[in-house]
Amino acid sequence: MIQVSEVKLRVENLKKYFPVKRSISEILRGKPPRSVKAVDGISFEVVESDVFCLVGESGCGKTTTGRLIARLIEVSDGRALYKVSKEVKELMPQGIFVYGDYVSLFDKLPSSIDKLLKREIQIIFQDPYGSLNSRMTLGSILEEPLIIHSIGSSKEERQEIIYKALSEVRLNPPEEFVERYPHMISGGQRQRVAVARVMILNPSLVIADEPVSMLDVSIRAEILQLMLDLKSSRNLSYIFITHDLAVANYICDKIAVMYLGKIVETGLASKIINNPYHPYTKALVAAVPEPDPSNRLKMREVPIKSEIPSAAAVPSGCRLHPRCPYSMDVCKTQEPPIIDVEPEHGVACWLYVKR
Amino acid sequence: MGSLRTVLDVRDLRVYYRTLAGIVRAVDEVSFTVGEAEVLGLAGESGCGKSTLGYSLLGLVPPPGRIEGGNVLIDGIDVTKLSEDELRRIRWSKVSMVFQGAMNVLNPVYTVEKQLVEVLTFHKGFSRREAVKSAVEALVQVGLNPELLKRYPHELSGGMKQRVVIAMALLLKPKLVIADEPTTALDVVIQAQIMNLLKKIKTEEKTSMIFITHDLSIIAEISDKVAIMYAGKVVELGSSEEIFNNPKHPYTQGLLRSIPRLGYKGKITWIPGVPPDLRRPPIGCRFNPRCPYVMDICRHKEPPTIEMGGEHRVACWLHTKK
Repeated sequence: MIQVSEVKLRVENLKKYFPVKRSISEILRGKPPRSVKAVDGISFEVVESDVFCLVGESGCGKTTTGRLIARLIEVSDGRALYKVSKEVKELMPQGIFVYGDYVSLFDKLPSSIDKLLKREIQIIFQDPYGSLNSRMTLGSILEEPLIIHSIGSSKEERQEIIYKALSEVRLNPPEEFVERYPHMISGGQRQRVAVARVMILNPSLVIADEPVSMLDVSIRAEILQLMLDLKSSRNLSYIFITHDLAVANYICDKIAVMYLGKIVETGLASKIINNPYHPYTKALVAAVPEPDPSNRLKMREVPIKSEIPSAAAVPSGCRLHPRCPYSMDVCKTQEPPIIDVEPEHGVACWLYVKR
Repeated sequence: MGSLRTVLDVRDLRVYYRTLAGIVRAVDEVSFTVGEAEVLGLAGESGCGKSTLGYSLLGLVPPPGRIEGGNVLIDGIDVTKLSEDELRRIRWSKVSMVFQGAMNVLNPVYTVEKQLVEVLTFHKGFSRREAVKSAVEALVQVGLNPELLKRYPHELSGGMKQRVVIAMALLLKPKLVIADEPTTALDVVIQAQIMNLLKKIKTEEKTSMIFITHDLSIIAEISDKVAIMYAGKVVELGSSEEIFNNPKHPYTQGLLRSIPRLGYKGKITWIPGVPPDLRRPPIGCRFNPRCPYVMDICRHKEPPTIEMGGEHRVACWLHTKK
């Protein structure tokens, strides 16, 4: 069993609805405002020093979840308890803790506390071509967070920190790289700069949003290994967002599979991949290509049909039912609860509900 | 495999970009053949010249790129010798292309119908009614509802758009289809559906294909043979079985070891370093600065292509007989 104190982040009933603009005719006809339910009531726990994976297709809400936890966008509803690291705890007033070392992440916090938490929880973005300012040298890209968070009192001290961060992500010699601009380095090197920019603040929870999906397969392993090395040397926890189950299998301890704003299956990575229960997870696993040439002689059996519907028009009942081969009557009307099919392996599917 | 009728024969093809900063040798002395109903997978990292090679087969290399030498014979016709006008007639009818990122290929201001019909009226002189009939058949073949003809591209999902693009490429029943990363922008489930569709087309229509991607797992899904490109050169070529089960070139071995797999939780490795600047490729073997088995000779002499039996050939000094 997991001890409460080992939980780094506990998310409860997280929701994010994006309002949709109504057309003039809709307003005149008095239609109620609609919203896109990007994340619709999900709960999960991230254990300290674990890699927790959010897996799903585009539009399932995995990126929105990451952005909510990084507090780049505001939540619509829900609660998150976050355990602050020891260094930061000393800088915080006692009254801020709701329980032990935990702060409530989505509450209105004083701006000084807010800033400290932003330093604690950092995010790595998918596209290293878009996330680095093309008009800034790598040196100034890495110096900016230091200035914002007042780390290092002098230019020399900051330079020292930047050099260290660059060699930590194996961009050597660092003196050479600080002078360069993003267009002068390769995609893999850019993503390493993005990792360095996050690590320079010494965070304790890092959200990685598809950090390798834009990179060539041949260098993905390098970034993944770098992230794992940094995790063990710095005692980090990750929330790793990906659509690729093979990558998730390599890096993650636990997986939550998302579909249209809901978690449909959650548990240990090895269990989810080797023994999936939910029809959607089964389809995801079946769809992963493997480098085996005999595959060309057979069709791949992917049990679910067509494509993920828009989050603005979520199907009733179980959200997968229009695509699901096992759809029953109850699926069309009632949302399935998450039940444990094995210890710590939860599935939201009517097939496994004993009635 | 050798008994198949040859649909594509590429001989010593060279495609260079003459830029102010120097000549980029994007495709350098590349040779291979593709037989009828055969699929060639073309793999390599970004910037290895695989897309340029694909474009050059249709005479579509963007300027300042040019075919500098060699021959491309499609069904016996040398594409490199054709005028722009003759090329236009060959494109789509003999050889067509499925481009990377289907969402950007379709014209957003025309309906699907207009875009499909245009091809048929231009190339086959069909009347509108005949053209619409063929367009309906084409959509059904790729598993789409014919009602989609009346839609605009923005009304379709990513997977549907990719199917429309594939339907378009198959419209005139070309001998050869070049698919450049056709599934990269798609989700895994849709990717599997599209790969199934391409497999079906391969068997039903006997279409030959060149499948370009950096992801060897996708190549294994469809290719009969595989060419591995590095810095403008084909460094290894062979049947899928040979390349995946018995790779000879250190680069191919490195690529295969870098793939995360579902059934395997052990360490995956990567190829250290970055691909070279093609304006100034390394002397000798172009892979030598990144190669774990580099020898003295690799640094100053380009390796010859060595036949390994069957169609399998590799350009590496490790396999020459001393």
